[in-house]
Amino acid sequence: MTVSAFLTARGLGVTLGGRAVLNDVSFALSLGHLVALVGPNGAGKTTLLRALAGLVPSAGSIDVGGDALSALALRERARRFAYLPQGHIVHWPLPARDIVALGRYPHGATDPARLPPRDAEAVLRAMQLADVMEFSARRITELSGGERSRVALARVFAVEAPVILADEPTASLDPRHQIDVMKTLRHAADNGALVMVVTHDLGLAARFADTILVLSDGRLVSQGSPLEALSEQIMGDVFRISAYRAEFQREAVIVPWAEI
Amino acid sequence: MSIENVMATVDAASRRRAGVMAALVVIVVLLFLASLGIGPVQLSPLTVVDALFGGGSDVQQVIVREIRLPRAILGFAIGAMLGLSGAALQGLLRNPLASPSLFGAPQSAAFGAVLIIALGLADVRSYALPGAAIVAAFVSVFVLLAIAGRNAGLLILILAGLAISSLAGAATALVMNLSSNPFAVLEIAFWLLGSLEDRSFRHVMLALPFITAGAVILLSQRDAFRVLSLGEEAAQSLGVDVSRLRLLVISGVALGVGGAVAVSGTIGFIGLVAPHLMRPLIGHDPARLLIPSALAGSALLLSADIAVRIIPSTSDIKVGVLTSIIGVPFFLYLIQRERRALAGGVA
Repeated sequence: MTVSAFLTARGLGVTLGGRAVLNDVSFALSLGHLVALVGPNGAGKTTLLRALAGLVPSAGSIDVGGDALSALALRERARRFAYLPQGHIVHWPLPARDIVALGRYPHGATDPARLPPRDAEAVLRAMQLADVMEFSARRITELSGGERSRVALARVFAVEAPVILADEPTASLDPRHQIDVMKTLRHAADNGALVMVVTHDLGLAARFADTILVLSDGRLVSQGSPLEALSEQIMGDVFRISAYRAEFQREAVIVPWAEI
Repeated sequence: MSIENVMATVDAASRRRAGVMAALVVIVVLLFLASLGIGPVQLSPLTVVDALFGGGSDVQQVIVREIRLPRAILGFAIGAMLGLSGAALQGLLRNPLASPSLFGAPQSAAFGAVLIIALGLADVRSYALPGAAIVAAFVSVFVLLAIAGRNAGLLILILAGLAISSLAGAATALVMNLSSNPFAVLEIAFWLLGSLEDRSFRHVMLALPFITAGAVILLSQRDAFRVLSLGEEAAQSLGVDVSRLRLLVISGVALGVGGAVAVSGTIGFIGLVAPHLMRPLIGHDPARLLIPSALAGSALLLSADIAVRIIPSTSDIKVGVLTSIIGVPFFLYLIQRERRALAGGVA
């Protein structure tokens, strides 16, 4: 699959409260790819992202860009992984631009009103990429759910990290905004980032991802291109459903159909 | 919206904030001078400035420099510390109802100080007093945050704060109950009400180092508060060491509040009110709110301390009583405003 992997996990394991949430997960992923992380509820998808972002202690090893994750200082790690948690939470009604500018914190630019030129340009690029220029000055609380998710994406893009980790970025969005978010992330991958997306939407995963990782009970049970990774066998064993499978406009189509 | 428009709105917001800051500084300076001029002997602002710099009669100099100046300095510093602590706690917890007094910090600090006095371990002018107050304040905020846990909702924080301030109050009452010296009890009871009266430069020296240290710690974390707007996970992923930040904020608040309580007794609700007054003017950015909230806290405490001298009454009203009388209805108003969040149990 890869010539030069940027992000490698070997024997990754996470134990939370005495329970093994992730077990012996290994993969190698390279830049320029969109990777979807799928699996039933409780399979360990969010935990895997959190372990990669260094938010939970993990066993095994993670290498990013040739360095061991455990050897990186907090700021350096923050420059390599941009993490978008579930829910796009913002606790104060701040202007959209100030929120996007927080993405420059790992680079030492801490005041949104006084960004050094290099950081101001990064913020601008991120806002253009996520298409949030038009409500730049509006408070986040005045925006719709779809607009808010785009601001959250812009904040993540502003880090300009090689790896983007997004936890269910399409949850609670209408179909149009779901496609919009996935297209934006696809675009970031095409521009050279490694984008990892947790999602329950197998249809979106199949259509937009280059690679799909299937987690089940904390183990990586399948990985590969969408139609390989989400084989009929896996759909049955892991998700316990059957699916309609097809190809449309040269993209994989998978529609969950019936429980089995 | 074009890039120029974006930058223009950023600039306009910066200019407005600068204007508000300048106005706050002017208000605090005027209140400071008023605090030097108002009392049993009324002095005009010009006389005050004159006496401050060594002019005027000997009596005027003594009144301004030795009686009223320490009081005004303490009013400024303690008010600023309380406003700053409130803004910092609200930033840390992403919660507009956080404040030192609702978390029982001043009450706990008072218990620490009262214990030292009652045990006869130190007289009221020794550094043991702020020391004990700081330790007690640290323990109380630490326990509160440990009980409430991460991402705690309003309800849990307020309930835990209520429990801790009740416990501190009960412990203080117990100490007074067991004390064998009725005069000491009376003195403690009055001191608990919170006052800046009859404070000397000895008191200023007792409180100021701790208040300054606390303020420096809290202000040094200002950028982290802003990043924390995105929640603890996102902040951590952006390079904020959230556990370290919590410990620093608790230490800063404990140093400041402990130092303040040791000389003034408990003065409540300034930490809650000050950031709220500033939000409509400054915006919600928790980093930008710190200094304006400190200035607003100074203005509030200086005004309250002037008011207790002007309000006609048979005996002196304590400034701590006045701030609570004004602060509690404000708190009720905030509860009413945050009702929905409280009912839902989410912040």
